[in-house]
Amino acid sequence: MKTVYVDNNATTKVAPEVLEVMLPYFSEYYGNPSSMHFFGGQVQKKVDEARAKVADFLGADPSEIVFTSCGTESDNAAIFGTFDSYPEKRHFISTRVEHPAIGNVCTYLGRKGYRVTELSVDREGRLDLDELRESITDGTALVTIMYANNETGVIFPIEEIGEIVKAKGISFHTDAVQAAGKIPLNMKKSNIDMLSISGHKLHAPKGIGVLYIRKGAKFSPFMIGGHQEKGRRGGTENVPYIIGLGKACELAKKHLDEENTRIKVLRDYLEMKLLEKIPNTLVNGERLHRLPNTVSVSFEYVEGESILLLLSDLGICASSGSACTSGSLEPSHVLRAMGVPFTAAHGSIRFSLSIYNTKEEMDYIIEHLPPIIQRLRDISPFWKDYLKAQEKG
Amino acid sequence: MWDYTEKVKDHFLNPRNVGEIEDADGAGEVGSLACGDALRLTFKLDENKRIKEVKFKTFGCASAIASSSALTEIVKGMTLEEAGKVTNQDIANYLGGLPVEKMHCSVMGREALETAIANYRGQKVAKEDFEIVCKCFGVTDKEIERAVRENDLKTVEQVTYYTKAGGGCGECHPKIEAIIEKVRKEMGREAPPIKPEKKKLTNIQKIKLIEETLGREIIPALKADGGDLDLIDVEGNKVFVALRGKCSFCPSSEFTLKQYVETKLREFVSDDIEVEEVKP
Repeated sequence: MKTVYVDNNATTKVAPEVLEVMLPYFSEYYGNPSSMHFFGGQVQKKVDEARAKVADFLGADPSEIVFTSCGTESDNAAIFGTFDSYPEKRHFISTRVEHPAIGNVCTYLGRKGYRVTELSVDREGRLDLDELRESITDGTALVTIMYANNETGVIFPIEEIGEIVKAKGISFHTDAVQAAGKIPLNMKKSNIDMLSISGHKLHAPKGIGVLYIRKGAKFSPFMIGGHQEKGRRGGTENVPYIIGLGKACELAKKHLDEENTRIKVLRDYLEMKLLEKIPNTLVNGERLHRLPNTVSVSFEYVEGESILLLLSDLGICASSGSACTSGSLEPSHVLRAMGVPFTAAHGSIRFSLSIYNTKEEMDYIIEHLPPIIQRLRDISPFWKDYLKAQEKG
Repeated sequence: MWDYTEKVKDHFLNPRNVGEIEDADGAGEVGSLACGDALRLTFKLDENKRIKEVKFKTFGCASAIASSSALTEIVKGMTLEEAGKVTNQDIANYLGGLPVEKMHCSVMGREALETAIANYRGQKVAKEDFEIVCKCFGVTDKEIERAVRENDLKTVEQVTYYTKAGGGCGECHPKIEAIIEKVRKEMGREAPPIKPEKKKLTNIQKIKLIEETLGREIIPALKADGGDLDLIDVEGNKVFVALRGKCSFCPSSEFTLKQYVETKLREFVSDDIEVEEVKP
């Protein structure tokens, strides 16, 4: 059975070029970059090179790049590191549609007595910037708002938000885990103080992340230990992964155009064909400001897990915002925050593409998904009710 | 990915008895679109009053579809008396087991069957004297009690897996705990918790016992409502605490302190305890 992998917002394939540059650093060049001897020193040079590549990719200075273990660590470090620097401030602003790496930290801090404002989104997944303006107070330490949503791909107006936040002199963090590699990022022309990225979302392996920290931004280390990362993150450098991430960022910069042309065309093609072939199908989130690789579609009156398993049976790997797939009982917090009706929220499927996807693969999905939806609708008690109601007008 | 048995996969990929009987003798529907799963069951009896034909339509995940399919296979040929005795465990067993988080799918099958049988008999499923405990999923105390009894459930988490109750906002967790305790007492499965004997305590013992009681009896319930509490100091019989999280600005915090925290501390530590709030 062939595998059609269209779940790239969950994780991506490690690029062969990335794996290749990593391998010598497991076996041959295993020195500790902090060591005084040549054996460590040569590794230090490679880590510096990787840092420069990541910085170049983000339009940042190498000194502003801090390597972490994952996107979640970067997010946690940004929030806790900011609060540690502003002990007198106990308020922060985020949104209702963040990844759990931010969302659950909000809940945790809320329980610890911090005040959290979680901005709402409209039916299209958009923020109301007036709500943001009104939420900022003298006690606000941090605004943390994701760059692009992992489920719908909706992109927030991060630069506009940055202007509002910086005008008030408040720290601004963005979780750009889904945006990095899909849309251009340039810290030189930005108001962002801190930005999180994750290696395995851009064809580097799992277990490596980055926190960009603007020069001069107030930050206290989250992981306390040695002098590594200029004292901003203790722990011996994960050398092979850092080198892999450097290569991945170099490739991501090169592929950015392809993401926004060929991949976008494939995504649009898939979306258009599914809407055309399957009745009662809706796209979740605004389509204009959206990641080029992501589409979230809802098929009314059927449930997402059933769709995923039938797709999986054909080798197609996607994901769902339905309740049953997450282990929780409620559909995705993102779709609920957007007010997607229950008829559709439970039947949502996300396809997320990468540069490794082809038109043939899209055609394979387009061929096999409509009969799957029809089959589940034939089993669903609500579909017939719906058709009857339609007949009556 | 869920670890489904081959039998679950088979009944999901090749569901038996899908459809609706137009002139059914009995019909029952449970669940809703909002809940994420629903099952409509219809059956027809033969001249010997045995289930001749039974069909289902299900909206839901793979295990909901498989449970419905299994249910129809189990009850085919049964009298209604026999069918009425089918439990959710029977459905799960027929499928070679379900992941524990998915047990509510088997419960939905049993409920639909009961509703359909009651419909045949011209009864309404007894819905009097019930209280909706879980508002998110509309689960009643009676349904929770039954799931606890029939499946020997011990924790709130298990109740959520079997009935969905408590799987939303979590506000009802203390109520579910109370139901579990009540039912298990009735079942004779658990002796009521032994209260520690109150003897003269040293200061250190007293503080330790206060901390222990707060941690066991009080803080979990506050946390379920998004609140928290810190012990600040103990002076003689006076216990100073600070309310955190939602509790700190909750208008009924005074009530919480006096009626709840103080009562528990008096019960477990000492009869003369007085609780006072320290404002931040």
